[in-house]
Amino acid sequence: MSSVTLKNIVKRFGSFTAVHPTNLEIPEGTFVTLLGPSGCGKTTNLRMIAGLLDPTEGEILIGGKRVNDVPIHKRNLGIVFQNYALFPHKTVAENVAFGLKYRDVPKADIAGKVQAALDLVQLPDVGDRYPKALSGGQQQRIALARAIVVEPEVLLLDEPLSALDANLREDMRVELKRIQHQIGVTTVFVTHDQSEALAMSDTIVVMSAGRVEQVGSPSDVYNTPASEFVANFLGASNILAGHCEQKDAQGVVLDAPLFGKVHVPSDKAGQVQQGPAKLVLRAEKLTLFDESTATDGLVTAPARVETVDYQGQTVRYFVRVGDTQLQAINMIDDTPFAEGSAVTVGFRPQDCAALQGG
Amino acid sequence: MSIETREARQPWILLSPALAAVALLLFVPLMFIVVYSFWLRTATGADQVGFYLDNWNEALTDPFYRDILISTLRIAAITTIVCAIMGYPSAYFIARSRGNKAILLLLLMLPFWISYIIRTMSWINILGVSGAFNSLLLSLGIISEPIQMLYNEATVILGLVHFLLPFMILNIYVSLDGIDTNLEDAANSLGATKWEAFLQVTLPLSLPGLAAGGLLCFVLGAGTYITPLVLGGPRDAMFANLVFEAIITQLNWPLGSALSLMLLAVLGALVMIYNRYLGMAQLMKGLG
Repeated sequence: MSSVTLKNIVKRFGSFTAVHPTNLEIPEGTFVTLLGPSGCGKTTNLRMIAGLLDPTEGEILIGGKRVNDVPIHKRNLGIVFQNYALFPHKTVAENVAFGLKYRDVPKADIAGKVQAALDLVQLPDVGDRYPKALSGGQQQRIALARAIVVEPEVLLLDEPLSALDANLREDMRVELKRIQHQIGVTTVFVTHDQSEALAMSDTIVVMSAGRVEQVGSPSDVYNTPASEFVANFLGASNILAGHCEQKDAQGVVLDAPLFGKVHVPSDKAGQVQQGPAKLVLRAEKLTLFDESTATDGLVTAPARVETVDYQGQTVRYFVRVGDTQLQAINMIDDTPFAEGSAVTVGFRPQDCAALQGG
Repeated sequence: MSIETREARQPWILLSPALAAVALLLFVPLMFIVVYSFWLRTATGADQVGFYLDNWNEALTDPFYRDILISTLRIAAITTIVCAIMGYPSAYFIARSRGNKAILLLLLMLPFWISYIIRTMSWINILGVSGAFNSLLLSLGIISEPIQMLYNEATVILGLVHFLLPFMILNIYVSLDGIDTNLEDAANSLGATKWEAFLQVTLPLSLPGLAAGGLLCFVLGAGTYITPLVLGGPRDAMFANLVFEAIITQLNWPLGSALSLMLLAVLGALVMIYNRYLGMAQLMKGLG
């Protein structure tokens, strides 16, 4: 397995720039997710690493070696496609053995390696069936077995779970992570699903409109979004335009509308300087209280419940504070607040983040 | 009428116009032909009704008919192979081209808007003694006398390829177009070169189209009489020309009937053998 480096990669299709200059370092053995909405350039990046697309500018390094001119069949990669791309005219075992034929694997060892790969994806008995006889989830496991049996330098996963239904997707998520951990292969995973990204990745690369918005661990990008886009793309956030009044070693004092002065600790304030700034308040961190409840240590404001979206264990409220609508997602024990009731909304200052700009 | 019986009858109701047409226009006339083939044409030119095996005896034992049947099958086979070799790259190109696929398919259909006979006769203007090709060679000084290029087996095959190539291309195109392009990418990523990926994945998956196109070209080619009539010489007659000759020229319907049934039987047998040995059913099973 190997590291992957993108150096000033640019991809243009005619006059359209799909990927603006991008630098990315994917260390050996890590699980890196390219996350973003459709059209953000994540799949283009993956296809350039794979060798299915040539970058317009820049260099791609795999294991420290420049691979721009290395054709795909010599890059020794494993790719899992969204639609599985299993060969329909070959049995499962023939599918898995396909890549081994092009490597110096002795004929006698092929069957053993195929079986080991099928065991790894927990489908040991389907070797002589045709792909069409398997369910979607099983086909995806076979596609994974086919990609990893060749012991690739890098495993590339192009939205491998999005064709599966919801329950299966969550199972496969755990399964995929287990297998990746077990074989330790450098993995680049492309998805538009933030919960997949958060659950599986060592590092998340959030992309938007062909640019990298933020690179960080799942908790980094979730708790300390580097931009408004990241804050909104990973879960629901309330963003309030305010003003940074003071900055010191402890953090910043942000004068936000509705809530007044908020002390944001320095690890959540990033590069914020004095001047226009934004307060990022995650919907899960904004809690609703009875008006009578004591809310010591919290930043609060009076609010009115406008819409209640009850989901059992959690409930999503849309509340009006002044003339602004805010979103709050709260765990509840029994009955949610009724629509129209007057409440207090509050949050802990260390639970919010600050962003530069107006 | 219960819902079940109504549902069971519905396919037959929908099929009935086509079934009626097939029965009236194909099956019934075919039965007439079968009956005719046992009649006998007398020296006076009248048909003698009865059960005579004379026509069948002549058709099956005369080496003249056997030789022409063999050369007919040979011409059809060569035509089919040439169509497959020429058609596959074109079909691949159309299936893989983006955007202008519709225009390319339209261009492929365009020849069908002109009568097949006119298309065949156009070769006379190209290859004839005073045709375009001879005029070009003469004006370039490459030859001093026009060359006779027409009226041989090669021009018959040329005409048949011209006629049948679109059928081959369309059949291959349809099966290529249904193949997920990710499959080739997947094969490449696993270490196969473009050519190996084509041989391992695309070609086997497009075989049903190639087989269907091949069958169509072979059967249409073996049954044609216009192309050899227009572009062939006296010795290039194909089997259907014999049928034409017997029925239209000699007005010998009983013999013509026996000959046409013989061609039908041979082609039918070949289709069945073809179906069986190309294992198309097996291939289809793999594709689900």
